[in-house]
Amino acid sequence: MAGLRIIVLAKQVPDTRNVGKDAMKADGTVNRAVLPAIFNPEDLNALEQALRLKDKYPGTIITLLTMGPGRAAEIIREALYRGADNGYLLTDRAFAGSDTLATSYALSMAIKSIGTCDLIICGRQAIDGDTAQVGPQVAEKLNLAQITYAEEILHAENKKVTVKRRLDRGIEVVEGSIPAVITVNSSAPECRPRNAKLTMKFKHAKTITERQELTDDYIAIYNIRPYLNIKEISAAEINADSKWLGLTGSPTKVKKIENVVFQAKESKALTASDMDIDWLMKDLIINHTIG
Amino acid sequence: MNNIFVYCEVENGVVADVSLELLTKGRKLANDLKCQLEAVVIGNQLNGVENQLFPFGADIIHIADDARLEPYTTLPHSNLLIKLFEEEKPQIALMGATPIGRDLGPRVSSALLSGLTADCTELAIGGHEDKKENKVYENLLYQIRPAFGGNIIATIINPDNRPQMATVREGVMRKEVFSITHKGEVKPMDVNKYLTDADFVVKVIERHMEKSKVNIKGSPIIIAGGYGVGSKANFELLFDLAKVIGAEVGASRAAVDAGYADHDRQIGQTGVTVRPKLYIACGISGQIQHIAGMQESAMVIAINNDPNAPINKIADYIINGDIAEVLPKMIKYYKQNTK
Repeated sequence: MAGLRIIVLAKQVPDTRNVGKDAMKADGTVNRAVLPAIFNPEDLNALEQALRLKDKYPGTIITLLTMGPGRAAEIIREALYRGADNGYLLTDRAFAGSDTLATSYALSMAIKSIGTCDLIICGRQAIDGDTAQVGPQVAEKLNLAQITYAEEILHAENKKVTVKRRLDRGIEVVEGSIPAVITVNSSAPECRPRNAKLTMKFKHAKTITERQELTDDYIAIYNIRPYLNIKEISAAEINADSKWLGLTGSPTKVKKIENVVFQAKESKALTASDMDIDWLMKDLIINHTIG
Repeated sequence: MNNIFVYCEVENGVVADVSLELLTKGRKLANDLKCQLEAVVIGNQLNGVENQLFPFGADIIHIADDARLEPYTTLPHSNLLIKLFEEEKPQIALMGATPIGRDLGPRVSSALLSGLTADCTELAIGGHEDKKENKVYENLLYQIRPAFGGNIIATIINPDNRPQMATVREGVMRKEVFSITHKGEVKPMDVNKYLTDADFVVKVIERHMEKSKVNIKGSPIIIAGGYGVGSKANFELLFDLAKVIGAEVGASRAAVDAGYADHDRQIGQTGVTVRPKLYIACGISGQIQHIAGMQESAMVIAINNDPNAPINKIADYIINGDIAEVLPKMIKYYKQNTK
């Protein structure tokens, strides 16, 4: 059979897993500058599922779509190095302040403008929000079925897709029709590393904005090698209605942000000495806390 | 109209704890707003299910009972809810932040163009003044949750869109019977009026569910390990102590992400919320999301090498030391003192 057309949705996120003490500014806002920007981990799991389908069904084309600032082109290159075929950066000031609903609307309009596809695959959730909402909301906006928490996409042929899902207390195998939106769990296999050949091939893949910083004789290679063009698309190019974008298109508003202050307890400091631990265990036993 | 709705999860006729917890919270919110509390149950063979829900304060219970509705699949459940909400226009809709609620909620909120806040740790009613638009809102749902890696607590509101939707993890809210004699009205839903064959396009062809092997939520003593435990092998030290003193082993998200412990042991905002008699935190620094899931423990012992670890602030006892040294000593002196 012919290959599949797959769009992988990915997000560049601040690495909130390794938040240091300097991550917060004195005024309580987040100091984004000190947090490294990374490929959202579960989106890498999603990319791997797409790459496995490409291995299984030759002729498959994987397009990476990300929405974010210019810098997010980094994760498109990262995906190209690992085996994606091309990428789109959806970027526009009009998207600033989008909640999950406005984000899903923009992504769904971008998917429509990219063209028909068989599968849309993304990570279950992004580590900077943990909402797990964008996948299902994109599915709803496109009027497609969704299959969440995928651990393995078993087959995608004859207009059917079979997926093994990982739930809290077990697994489920479901069959749906193509096209569909699939969200992938972190329990799915890790993404393969960069391929050396592809890394060489796509090292200079750039968006039009990034290319503006290059000298003229360099620009010529983008005409000779069109695959180095990372397509940059704006709200106007996807025919998005501005009332559904950004802050205006976001029903949820942040009313208040507070630093967390814990009710400090009066605590007793102990050491690891035999005497201290002996005392502690006696105390816990006498109080009937344990035993 | 304009009531509070709770989507109740049901499996084999039994309503999930998280749904009863949400009804308990929903009852209080309904009293604040002087509106009614409505429950929605979608599943198979639901005869008598209302008797599980009335004591928790539900006034109206919508029941969709059909063999095709269990096990859960997205489209039938979401389309039933979407259409019911279009008719009933709830002001608030709550569901569990479970695999089902997190699959269903976003789909429903997208179709209704309403806002949804995931994994709330607190819900309350309050007002809001939009100075820019010069508008004053009353009786909004405050959806409160840690954000941005847990460094901050955010209060989210949906001023203009309805329903105001939120998901809450199991164990975050308390489950309390409102009144054993409370009764209300049952409204069966005509499934065929709401759904078509196209809604059943995704089929479950295989299913293996097991009862959770760990029962962290119900354990009076919990020994939890964080990233500071250092390795999966070191985590065995926690299990050793747990065996001796009759405790359950939990873990922080960082420890689960690092592969030291299984996901079903995760405590915190994106895991389980616990309220044990004794909580022993080993090598846990105490990010807000973790503390959100254990701060109501009656007694906390923190064992770590970092005198500035945030968890120390809420600890009753702080042991400054290495867990590889401290835990075996705890076993030794527990045995010695209980002989």
